Formats: sequence, structure tokens, C-alpha cells
Amino acid sequence: MPTKREKEAVVARETTGHEWDGIRELDTPLPKWWLYTFYATIVFSIGYCLLYPAIPLVSTHTEGLLAYTNRDALAISTAEAAAQQATFRDRIRDASLDEIRADADLLAFAETGGRAIFAENCAPCHRAGGAGAKGYPNLADDDWLWGGSLSAIHQTITHGVRNGDPDSRQSQMPRFGADGLLTREQIADVADFVLSLSGQVAGRDAVARGQAIFAENCAACHGESGKGNQEVGAKNLTNGIWLYGGDRAIVIDTITNARNSSMPAWNARLDPTAIKMLAIYVHSLGGGQ
Amino acid sequence: MQSVLAPRQDEQDHSGIPLFAPHEKVYPRRVRGPIRRVKWAVLSVCLALYYIGPWLRWERGPAHPDQAFLIDMPARRAYFLWIEIWPHEIYYLAGLLIVAAIALFLVTSLFGRLWCGFTCPQTVWTDLFMWAERLVEGDRMQRIRLDQQPLTFGKAARKIAKHAIWLAIAGLTGGAWVMYFNDAPTLLRDLVSLHASSTQVGFIGLFTGTTYLLAGWAREQVCTYMCPWPRFQSAMIDEETLTVGYRDWRGEPRGKHRKGESWAGRGDCIDCAACIAVCPTGIDIRAGLQLECIGCGLCIDACNDIMDKVGRPRGLIAFESYANRIAARRGEPPHRRFSRPRTILYGAVLAGIASLMTVALAARSTLEMSLLPERNPLFVRLSDGSIRDGYTLKIENKSGETRLYTVTASGLSGALIHVAEAEQPPVGASEGITLAVHGDRIGTYRLYIQAPMSGEKEVPIVVTVRDRASGESARHGASFRGPGRS
Repeated sequence: MPTKREKEAVVARETTGHEWDGIRELDTPLPKWWLYTFYATIVFSIGYCLLYPAIPLVSTHTEGLLAYTNRDALAISTAEAAAQQATFRDRIRDASLDEIRADADLLAFAETGGRAIFAENCAPCHRAGGAGAKGYPNLADDDWLWGGSLSAIHQTITHGVRNGDPDSRQSQMPRFGADGLLTREQIADVADFVLSLSGQVAGRDAVARGQAIFAENCAACHGESGKGNQEVGAKNLTNGIWLYGGDRAIVIDTITNARNSSMPAWNARLDPTAIKMLAIYVHSLGGGQ
Repeated sequence: MQSVLAPRQDEQDHSGIPLFAPHEKVYPRRVRGPIRRVKWAVLSVCLALYYIGPWLRWERGPAHPDQAFLIDMPARRAYFLWIEIWPHEIYYLAGLLIVAAIALFLVTSLFGRLWCGFTCPQTVWTDLFMWAERLVEGDRMQRIRLDQQPLTFGKAARKIAKHAIWLAIAGLTGGAWVMYFNDAPTLLRDLVSLHASSTQVGFIGLFTGTTYLLAGWAREQVCTYMCPWPRFQSAMIDEETLTVGYRDWRGEPRGKHRKGESWAGRGDCIDCAACIAVCPTGIDIRAGLQLECIGCGLCIDACNDIMDKVGRPRGLIAFESYANRIAARRGEPPHRRFSRPRTILYGAVLAGIASLMTVALAARSTLEMSLLPERNPLFVRLSDGSIRDGYTLKIENKSGETRLYTVTASGLSGALIHVAEAEQPPVGASEGITLAVHGDRIGTYRLYIQAPMSGEKEVPIVVTVRDRASGESARHGASFRGPGRS
């Protein structure tokens, strides 16, 4: 193949000297704008490599003259966001729960913020939206163990239930079976009575026997008619809502071994403003009283 | 071996012609005449509208800005005189643009490139920049001479003065543009006191830079190479469309003419090249209709001037349809045909869309709502055995004042509703609850509907929001979910 470079007659440009079946290849230079843009990117990349983290080393990388890191950028933008929220947070800190509810702007801020705090701290047990799980109360219904008013919810979140906090909600259900307070037969009868309270069918004789045992052992906390007592966190047994389940076997297990679940005191982990927002959010889930 | 690229005998010798034509600077000469006067008038009106626009006020009450034309990005509102548009109503703007496009098609098919030659911002600002250029550097010949001179102090001073004026005009242009997006008096005060945000300054800089580059440097290259409009407007132009044209039957054969010589046996064109000298895109109109011709008609003014001087009739170059140009050559009288299939079609489409937009705007509701069912949990079982579903209800009050709304739900028997944000206990769903939403705001509520267990997994319901003041109402369907038969 001949590789003689020559001037092409029509367009007056040099050829590469390559020729295939009479077709010759022009040596057309790159457009100037393209070439200069390309050079500019090279210059830019050198500047970038000097200023920013760029070149990977074995276990680290070059830091760059600006010492820029995404972590710092995140910290700065988080601080900026916190500063933007500061006015609302300060107003919530200084306002009472009822004042927050009365102010549409504060209420919207508290509900939105409370939702985020709830998802981070509470949802692992109480599930998303406060739907609850076995042993963890549903927060969206109208059945409350320790009270569903704003102040009661705020108190429960702040100090928790059955923990080391001196102000925590305290009560202890006896282990009627395990500690030998009631016999197996008595427990079965009480269970039948408890089920009958919420309309479930049980033997008439067993219910009558169970009622007497209930009045003696359980009514102190759960009330004569089994409607519960929020002072001591005693569950209302007359509705269809169960914390651990409404099967006869589960009820017998509950009476035998007792259920004394606990909840942490959140004043040790969240600041008072966050707890207020959380209380407002939980109250808005539908069951607030 | 015979090279396929070698020139054939019957072809012209193109040797030396590069692949890309180098840009030749255009030095348009000053021109006087009726068309030039119309162009100055259009330019003045367009620029006045543009620069004064942001300063016009329009009273809308205390909750709203009083700027007549304002696109308020942070507040997500656009104001055009009495019209206020929310972000999801951007289709009004889209409709306006469609109306403008179809109107452009109609005008183009009737009268040719009126838009390009007279009202296009590129033409208007280029004219303004050329005016400033002529003021500093003089007319065509002086400018050509100045550019050929070696750099002297005087030349540098003139060039600097010209670019300073250009940048000042460009700065005003960019500044005025940003004022359509900000309260104009506030922005001006911030700019003067150096308190304007970097975003505002950045956008002013951007539009200053593009104005300076496009009107000062790029000029006719924008029309010839960048703008898509000249490429597809040939689809709107037919033989009845007005275009700028040279009457070759009258002008040819052209040639120089001395005073007193006979006009017999020759054309009226004296080949003075005045039409080329005044052309802002630097073309020769005598070569026929060209892509580069923006239809500004300045060559008509220039040629008429020459015809007056040599004592020949005006109109050697004229706004004329192709059909009339042919008719005139044959000695037939000119005609105008406005109703043609394409103009009727464009007119009908324009009327249709314009009336659709007008009706949509006139019937614009000040109330809109949305309803989003809570998915976590889908439903809650209450202590009395009934089921409660949660929804996020949004009520948009697009009026200026606080309004009361009645929210009702239908589709469920014995249903009760309440919202978490209000203290009222649940009330009957058909009776409804009353909510107040501030003017120009969106009220967001957690709406709860509870009903006895029906055994259905899903019951279709309709939530209705009614404006108690205006009687307007909005409806939204949703599902009421439960556990089903258990």
C-alpha cells in the first residue's frame, strides 16, 4: 500500500496517504473548538486533582488542597438545616402541648418531625404508623394502657414503663400460676370468664366459677367489670383488642406467667423538644383523646 | 490510477475551497425609509414592554405580591395580571405557548417572516446593538476601515466604548429578565446596596453574557446556524406567502448606468449593491429566496431610495408573493388569496385551542383536593369492634381569603369522621366536619373514617369537600379497607 502523503485536489487538504480501491483518506484536522475544549478539560482535571480528593493510594487517597470531604459537607448541611429549624424548635420547646396543638404551623412541624423521630426510635417495636405487634401496643387505636391524652402519652414516652426511671409507669401483674396463687383449674375458669367479657363463647359453669375468682384476684386492678385501669396500666379486657392475643391458650399463659413488658425512658435518649413532637405525632395517629 | 476525488472536466475547479466556510463579518449600512421606521417603532414598543413590564403593579390584597407579571419560584406561584397559577396548573402556560406557536404558523403562512424580521428578540437586540455600534464607530465604510487599521489609541478607545455600551445594554436586559422572577423594586434596592443573592447576580450575569454574545457577536449566525425556526418554517410558506423578492423580469439584465444613458434594452438594476450593503445577514436578495433572509425588508428601503435617484419606478425589490411575482412578469394584475387550506387549518386550530384555554381559565376552580389513604397500618380495629381508616387530606384554597370547607364522606353506612388536627369528636360522615383553610394555602389533615365492620375487604367511598362560601365542591374517590370477613 502506498503511504505517500499528498495534497488532495478538490478540497486542498492533505491525505493520510492511505488508499483502498482508489478511495483515499483525507487527513482532516479536528475542529478547533473541539480541540480547545479538550485541552480545557485537561487543564481543568489537573486543577481538580490538586484541589479535591482524586488519586487512590493503597489504603487512603490524596486529600486535595481544599481538604474537601463529603462527610464535612454533610455535617455543614445538617447544621444549616438545624439552624433553619431552630425557630420552630425553640417555639416548641417553650410552648405547652396544648399551645402546640392550637398553632397550625407548630402542629404541622411537630407532626412531621415526630413522624421522623418515631420511624427512627419507636417503629422497631410499635411498627410503622404505630400499628403495633404482639406485646407492643397499637398506638393508632382507641384502647390505651396508660392513657391516650396528650399529657399521658407525653409522660409515658418521657419516663417509659417498668424501667429504672423513678417516675416510670410501674405495676406488676402477679404470676398466678407460676407462683402457685391459683390452680390450673382456677386459671382455666378465669380465662373462660375473661373471654366471655369480650363476647367469646365459653362454658356457663366455668364462667360463673371464673367470675368469682376474678372478683377476688383480678378486679383490684382490672376492675369489677374488667374494664381495666389506666392508673396501673391494667388492660381493658372487655373489648376485642388484645396485646398478646385473644386465644384461650394465650390467655391462660398470660394469667399463669403474667406479662410485665417494659419500655425505655426516652428522656435519657431524646431531648424534651423531640419528645413533645413525638407525643403530638402519636396523639395524631387516630387514638388521641 | 484514476482517483474518484479528482475533478471531472465538466465541473468547476473547487480547489482551495475549505470544508467549512469561514465566517465573513457583515457590516450593514445605515438605511432610511418606511420599513426602517416601522422597524424602529416595533423595536421601541417591544423593548418598552420588556423593560417596563416588571415595574407594573397590580393590587391583589395583602397576602399576595403586587407585581403585575411575576413568577415567584420560592412561593411556587406565577402571577399574570389577574391570573394566578399554581405549579400543577402549568398547563395554562403550555397552552399559551401552543397558542403562540400556532399564531406564529398562521402569521408566517400569511405574511412570511414577520416574526424574524421585526419582533424576534434576536432581531430587536441586534438592531439595538448595531445602532450603538454605528453611534461609536460610524457607518459601514468607516467600520470596515476601522477594522482594517492597525491598532491605535483612537481605535482602541472606540472599541472599548462600543463594548462598554453593549455590556451596559446587556446588563439592563439581564437585570430586567431576573426582575420578572423577583419583586422588582426590592431587587433593585438589593442590587444597589450589594445585598442581592448570588443566585440573582448569577442569573443576571448569565443573561447579560448571552445577550452580549448573541446580539453583539453572533448576530446573523444565530438565525442562519442556531435557530431551528428558519429550517421548518418553509413548511408554512407557499406561493401565496409574502416574501422579500427581487423582480428579476424588471431588473435584468443589470449593469452600471450613467446619468443620461438610455434605459432601453436593459434592466432597472444598476448593480449598485445597496441591497447587499444594508442586509443584516449579508446576502444578495437578487439571487432569490434564501434561508438566510430574515424578511426584514431593509433592502426594499435601500433599493427604493436608489430607484428614486435614478428616476425609475419603486418596487424593484418588494414584499410580494411568489405567485404575484410570476403574475407581474406576465403582466397580469396582482391578487391576494388569504383563505388557503393551510391558513384555514391554522386559523381553526388557533381558534379551537384559544377558546379551550379561555374556557379552562374562566372555569378555573379556587378549590382543589387530594386524598391519600394511609398504608401503614391499612386499618385499625377499635375497641367497639368497628374499623377505622386513616387518610391524608389536602385542601387547596386558591382564593385570597380564609375559607370554611365542609368535608363529608359517602359510601359507608353508619360511618363517623374526624380529623386529628381538630378537637371535635367524630361526627356522622354525611353530616360532615368543618375545616378552615387560610387563603392561598394548602390545608393538610389526617382524616379518620370509622365504620362498623362490614365483612368487605374494600368498600369504595367518596370524600367531598365543599366551599361553604362559593358552593364549589371537589370530590375524591378512595377505598375503605378492613380485615374482611373474619
